[in-house]
Amino acid sequence: MTIAISAKNIGKKYQIGAAETKFRYNMLRDVLVDTVYAPVRLAKALIGKSDRRSNQNFVWALKDISFDVAEGQVLGIVGRNGAGKSTLLKILSRVTDPTEGTVAVRGRVGSLLEVGTGFHPELTGRENIYMNGAILGMKRAEIDKKFDEMVEFSEVAQFIDTPVKRYSSGMYLRLAFAVAAHLEPEILVVDEVLAVGDAEFQRKCLGKMGDVAQQGRTVLFVSHNMSAILRLTQEAIVLKKGQLIKRAPTPEAVDFYLSSGQAETGEHIWTPDEIPLNSAPFKPIALRLKDKTGKVVDTVRSTEPVTVEWEYQLEAPLTGLRMGLYLSTMRGEYVFTAFDTDDAKQYEQFGARQAGRYMSCCEIPADFFNEGRYSLGVNASSFGVRRYFMDENALSFNVDISGAPGTQWPELRQGPIRPRLDWKIEKLD
Amino acid sequence: MTELTKHEPTTIYIKPAKGLAALNLRDLWIYRELVFFMVWRDVKVKYKQTLLGMAWAVIQPVMNMLVFTFVFDRVARLPTDGIQYEVFSFTALLPWGLFVTALNQGSRSLVAHNNMVTKIYFPRLILPISSVFAGLVDFAIAFVILIGLMILFNVMPAWNVLWTLPLFLLLTIITALGVALWLSAINVKYRDVNQALPFLTQFWFFATPVAYSFTTLPEKFQIVLSLNPMTGVVNGFRWALLGAGNGPDLALWVSVAISVLIFISGLFYFRSMEKTFADTI
Repeated sequence: MTIAISAKNIGKKYQIGAAETKFRYNMLRDVLVDTVYAPVRLAKALIGKSDRRSNQNFVWALKDISFDVAEGQVLGIVGRNGAGKSTLLKILSRVTDPTEGTVAVRGRVGSLLEVGTGFHPELTGRENIYMNGAILGMKRAEIDKKFDEMVEFSEVAQFIDTPVKRYSSGMYLRLAFAVAAHLEPEILVVDEVLAVGDAEFQRKCLGKMGDVAQQGRTVLFVSHNMSAILRLTQEAIVLKKGQLIKRAPTPEAVDFYLSSGQAETGEHIWTPDEIPLNSAPFKPIALRLKDKTGKVVDTVRSTEPVTVEWEYQLEAPLTGLRMGLYLSTMRGEYVFTAFDTDDAKQYEQFGARQAGRYMSCCEIPADFFNEGRYSLGVNASSFGVRRYFMDENALSFNVDISGAPGTQWPELRQGPIRPRLDWKIEKLD
Repeated sequence: MTELTKHEPTTIYIKPAKGLAALNLRDLWIYRELVFFMVWRDVKVKYKQTLLGMAWAVIQPVMNMLVFTFVFDRVARLPTDGIQYEVFSFTALLPWGLFVTALNQGSRSLVAHNNMVTKIYFPRLILPISSVFAGLVDFAIAFVILIGLMILFNVMPAWNVLWTLPLFLLLTIITALGVALWLSAINVKYRDVNQALPFLTQFWFFATPVAYSFTTLPEKFQIVLSLNPMTGVVNGFRWALLGAGNGPDLALWVSVAISVLIFISGLFYFRSMEKTFADTI
């Protein structure tokens, strides 16, 4: 058995800047003080003495990770946000160096984290294929050879000589993926691409990944979609806070992941170390789930409405802010996405918010959930400007369906929702 | 399967970089086609959706030349070593234009392509290098105009222009690339570079004998100016093409030495900062 990837004790330390949070430009006075101190900062930077106090302000995104991947193996990587999955992939694809430890990688690493990197809106589809291919490390002759295949895969043959700025986002994505998928690296790294695109396209992507694995290539697959992980990988590793806490056959690893590390109190209060520094001026406080009597609950009755409360603080005024709620099943399939300013009137009133403490809450109506376990993710963003904060798995809860429609039959019902539909039955003759 | 069995994959060791990083020119060679594609893309995109297209490569230096001729020749009557001011200034404007493009595009190249830098491995040197090369296309187009001007004003270069001009062109590239390496790497961490560039360009322009003649300056100014590597470039171009000035003298060699120094130190500085680019950009 040949080893394709062998990681030994790798760690990655990130410096987190205190300098960024130091000057807040709330007042004209701050701006003036900042300006006056500019020469001092310049002098310090030039002699190599950084403005920030070092030593204390760093985090280990990864610590002491060791694992081997055999050639031809398809390995799943699961973990919550901030567990270090992306950092690990970045090290494996040589984007960033580890702070300690070594990795031996046998063969070319191609990753699907870079779909569409280097695409230029002014260039045509054809030109972008060549450009993107070259960026991904393909030789020109190689691109020539696979060109027709890529175009066919992307389904944009008709528009291949049109600038991609005229493409729909779906076409753009398909073309980008087509190039990356034909790279034929010895080791393929796939990160979350499956979250985008329509169902048919996702099916194609998974198919392509399956093909790659069939050809004896090594695949690393990172996803929050547990059903995809279960379907495509035999073995998986679980990362938690930068450490590898489990390596096991996939079903076992997924079970372990789902049942560990999830707060089961019906409330998530963010601790300072869970909040990335770059989320400022946004600061999440808590996410709560309350039943109709106002009690915080971790088990929700399907027949009763449930209230979701999201409390947060703005350190500075923000415009265009929208607070998002993502409901998904524990297998990672989305049920819905909603924002607190979805309503145009609400957006008019709260699109721009002053600094201060806020609560966005909403009610999920009765007769909505099916039996099982669900996960709530949140995000705070200004559309098209910036995403301040996101936690894809902030809270998870159980649903109890006693009294729900159809419970007289003790059977498992398919689908994430269980609506009470207004059936009309009439006799026609 | 067929692809895989053809060659034995090489093993790469990823480890923390320590000390002075090796230049790793082999990787640069492997990725040489990417330089070509980047230059091709820059040139292609630059004049998209413009009415005049590539003509801009000609219009810009010609307009500069006309303005200079009016201000410095017709009004200020600056001495020009006995050469028609039009040719005199245009000869200098060519390498200067190449330098400015390379300086501005090159210094911003890493930050401008931050999505590439944070997502894919490739030798980062490719970004400033291709920015500089993209400027060569404009240079080549404007050069045709210079030939026209020389015919018009009846200026004949000496035969040795065939090897002196390429050498001075190389010197321009080395100078521009050297400065771009320094500034692009600094720009990753301190965006002050973006703010300083317009001023730097302007200051540098006046410190380079583009609009005026080097030889007619007082000697103490000549000494100061030869510390500017672009002085050597501009004087070299005038000497190679027009036979103006002193030719290779001490001042020129000082300029050359400084260019090479900036270039080599820039290479090493860039390489030593390279490992932090993806984290700090």
